[in-house]
Amino acid sequence: MTQLALVIDLNVCVGCHACVTSCKEWNTSGPAGSMCDDNPYGQDPTGTFFNRVQTYEIGEFPTTETLHFPKSCLHCEDPPCVPVCPTGASYKREEDGIVLVDYDKCIGCRYCSWACPYGVREIDEHMKVMKKCTLCVDRIYDESLPANERKPACVLACPTSARLFGDVHDPESPISITIREEGGYQLMPEWGTKPSNHYLPRRKTRMHIHEDELQRADNPLKKEQRSGTSAPVDAPTLDDSTSW
Amino acid sequence: MHPAFSVIFLTTLIGVGQGIFLALFTGQSYSAVELLPTQHSANFYGNGAIIALLFLIGGLIASFFHLGHPERAWRAASQWRTSWLSREVIALPILMGLVFIYGVMHHMGWDSILLTTDKGAKLSLTLIVATLGMLATFALFLCTGMIYACLKFLQEWYSPLTVINYTLYGTASGFLLMTAFANVSAPDLMSFYGIWSMIIIIAVFITRFASLVRNARIKYKSTMQTALGVRHTKIQQKAMGFMGGSVNTRDFFHHTSLMFMRNMKWIFMLLVGPIPFVLLWIGMESQSTSTLLTAFVVMYIGLIAERWFFFAQANHPQNLYYQTV
Repeated sequence: MTQLALVIDLNVCVGCHACVTSCKEWNTSGPAGSMCDDNPYGQDPTGTFFNRVQTYEIGEFPTTETLHFPKSCLHCEDPPCVPVCPTGASYKREEDGIVLVDYDKCIGCRYCSWACPYGVREIDEHMKVMKKCTLCVDRIYDESLPANERKPACVLACPTSARLFGDVHDPESPISITIREEGGYQLMPEWGTKPSNHYLPRRKTRMHIHEDELQRADNPLKKEQRSGTSAPVDAPTLDDSTSW
Repeated sequence: MHPAFSVIFLTTLIGVGQGIFLALFTGQSYSAVELLPTQHSANFYGNGAIIALLFLIGGLIASFFHLGHPERAWRAASQWRTSWLSREVIALPILMGLVFIYGVMHHMGWDSILLTTDKGAKLSLTLIVATLGMLATFALFLCTGMIYACLKFLQEWYSPLTVINYTLYGTASGFLLMTAFANVSAPDLMSFYGIWSMIIIIAVFITRFASLVRNARIKYKSTMQTALGVRHTKIQQKAMGFMGGSVNTRDFFHHTSLMFMRNMKWIFMLLVGPIPFVLLWIGMESQSTSTLLTAFVVMYIGLIAERWFFFAQANHPQNLYYQTV
């Protein structure tokens, strides 16, 4: 079984919103129809997005940290939004685990968005159907694209490679290894939805410098004309006094 | 959650319709075992069924305003295996069909006694239809309530009290309207319906109060920490990713003040409980149809407020992600 998913590395996300714009660009130009966008340059802009980048401040001044937090559909293994759909428009694909909405069957009752604890389903107020991240299903299988471009638009756009894409059911896939080795976690595990997308925590790189590391023990004294010991610098070395 | 008036009218109107039908069923089954005098078939049961049907149709029309694509609503009957909403979509037309058949049978006089027990209880054809209708009514109450009660992370709704309150409020409002109706077309049933209305109004006052107490002490399972997966007691949102609104900020917040919510709670509890109760009592004493109708109108306004509060009070975990622009 395959379960395609994203891994988002919060350690390297810089909050540039490139994934948001590339997602919107790819999906609004797709065969499924445009995603609404009202007053984009005016007051109260609003529209449908599959992906949002939010910013949080952790801690209190002066020990604060900024967290940029991209959020899109997590393609849960047990998606609560699917069984509640009265028409069967919301479904989870058997073959790759992507949760999709059939726009031709959706009646726009919004019940699935109530049933998603993560708030990643957004109704398109023009098309009047529920929309959500498709993991760029119209892109990742497109054989007319070069193999290394068969990835979701957000993954390709990320300038810091904070977004990884792959099969989380294959234990040897690069993203499974990353989740395993870098401490990947799921959002709101308390609801048992088993999100497929994982997040990598922020990982601090700290230097621990011990006092005796401040001075080089292997200092080639002659070269720097200094001595760490009490011996005079000009005193002859073994090389000076011995002839081979 | 943002209370949608289409859903508020859907749930309250079909509740009244279901309550009226339950009242008709109760009246007819009591008279079948000769606990109540038999009523005129067309005037009382037939017209009562028409009133019930009108409320059910009203609710159905209101529900269409909630849909983005009402023309595809027929598809909503397909997922009855998993979706309570789909089950409601099936139960509602079944009930409407049975109420229609019941009304037609009474108006046309298509009725016959199928069985008479030696003690004089009579099983008639219309009573069988009424029994099926009663089952459909309870099934519909269950479906409507479970639509909300099955969403486990909307913790205010995730309780059997949700189903109980939907059932009792619908029944109470239906019985109350039937008391006024009986005062006109079947005066000897007026006090029967009136007393049942009183009992149900008291019962639902207790169960709704219980759910208010329960909801006041909910411990939310989702927190900022589980939402982000960051272990820190102080986390503040600085940007939600957009500067205007979105569906997430419009559909999931009630956008009113804490004070408004607090006042609303007591206003609706008065409007669906003590005030119609007293009006009902006065109306029964004075046998005044207008007072009884006023009791129903007050209760219905109270029900709209109750349903508004029911939605507004539910705190969706997605709101953790949408706290500040």
